[in-house]
Amino acid sequence: MHSFGYRANALVTFGVTILAVMCAMASISDNLNIPSPTAHVQVMNVNWFQKQPNGNDEVSLTMNVSADLQSMFTWNTKQVFVFLTAEYETPQNSLNQVSLWDAIIPSKERAKFWIHTTNKYRLTDQGSNLRGKEFNLTLHWHVMPKTGKMFADKIVMTGYQLPENYR
Amino acid sequence: MGLFEETMESIKSLPIRDFLTQAINFGMIVVSALMIYRSLMIITGSESPVVVVLSGSMEPGFARGDILLLHMNKDRIRAGDIVVFKVNRREIPIVHRVIQVHERRDTGVVDVLTKGDNNPGDDRPFYAHRQLWLQQNHIVGRAVGFVPYLGWATILLNENPVIKYILIGTLGCVIIFTKD
Repeated sequence: MHSFGYRANALVTFGVTILAVMCAMASISDNLNIPSPTAHVQVMNVNWFQKQPNGNDEVSLTMNVSADLQSMFTWNTKQVFVFLTAEYETPQNSLNQVSLWDAIIPSKERAKFWIHTTNKYRLTDQGSNLRGKEFNLTLHWHVMPKTGKMFADKIVMTGYQLPENYR
Repeated sequence: MGLFEETMESIKSLPIRDFLTQAINFGMIVVSALMIYRSLMIITGSESPVVVVLSGSMEPGFARGDILLLHMNKDRIRAGDIVVFKVNRREIPIVHRVIQVHERRDTGVVDVLTKGDNNPGDDRPFYAHRQLWLQQNHIVGRAVGFVPYLGWATILLNENPVIKYILIGTLGCVIIFTKD
């Protein structure tokens, strides 16, 4: 009954149980944090706007993105993945989401930022519907924890429009 | 030699009733593990409720050896979701983030493009030849939770089959031959 094996087994079981409880509590404590992020995006320039040889419209934009995501960080936050999508409807598709830019924010100190950037990924439509298209820019974030449940949310910014002609 | 004979002796000397009890205990352990896994499959609606991250393509969010808890519900796939997908010619599922979504108005079919956070480009090179989009049927689950390091055990076991057989053998012997 009191062999080395039994003692080791009891010790390991107890240790793992404590660890599991601590992880669960850390994850639950994330729910107590109610973040209040702000974001602002300005489209500075349409660099080019063309129809690809395969018939899909493609746009290149220059944007100013500023955001304050500091309130998302808790003690259980490993990083925040933040990305900006263009979202619009077309006759064929009820929803199009195209990621334009993303970044990994590793710490609270870097969570208040301003960046002047072109779109990192191509803004390409499925088809040729982008001329004069009104679209939303949405800043999404994905809070990746040290352990436990992941959180995601977004801020939708409306009222952007693409030019009527290719350039 | 000696060990083998002793073992045979101990099997012969076991009363049949004790032996049956041990066999049933052993069966209970195997069956309850299976039951837990199957219940998780039902609850999460995903054919593999947990996956081990095998590559560094989602660093620094997910590292090799971390475990992801998956969930599969009726919610439509949206940009930013971390999905686990299987492409026809590859057996190993890939865990990457959705960066582009196109949902058809008439049929509701969703075309999805994925990318690993740590990879420079999107996943089209990983897809089947000439495949541009993933559809719902390629997607095994959506990651909702995260446990660090826990998957290292399975990675070690899968990459060193010898350790696996030694471990299974030892555990089996311990369960069958311990008397308490």
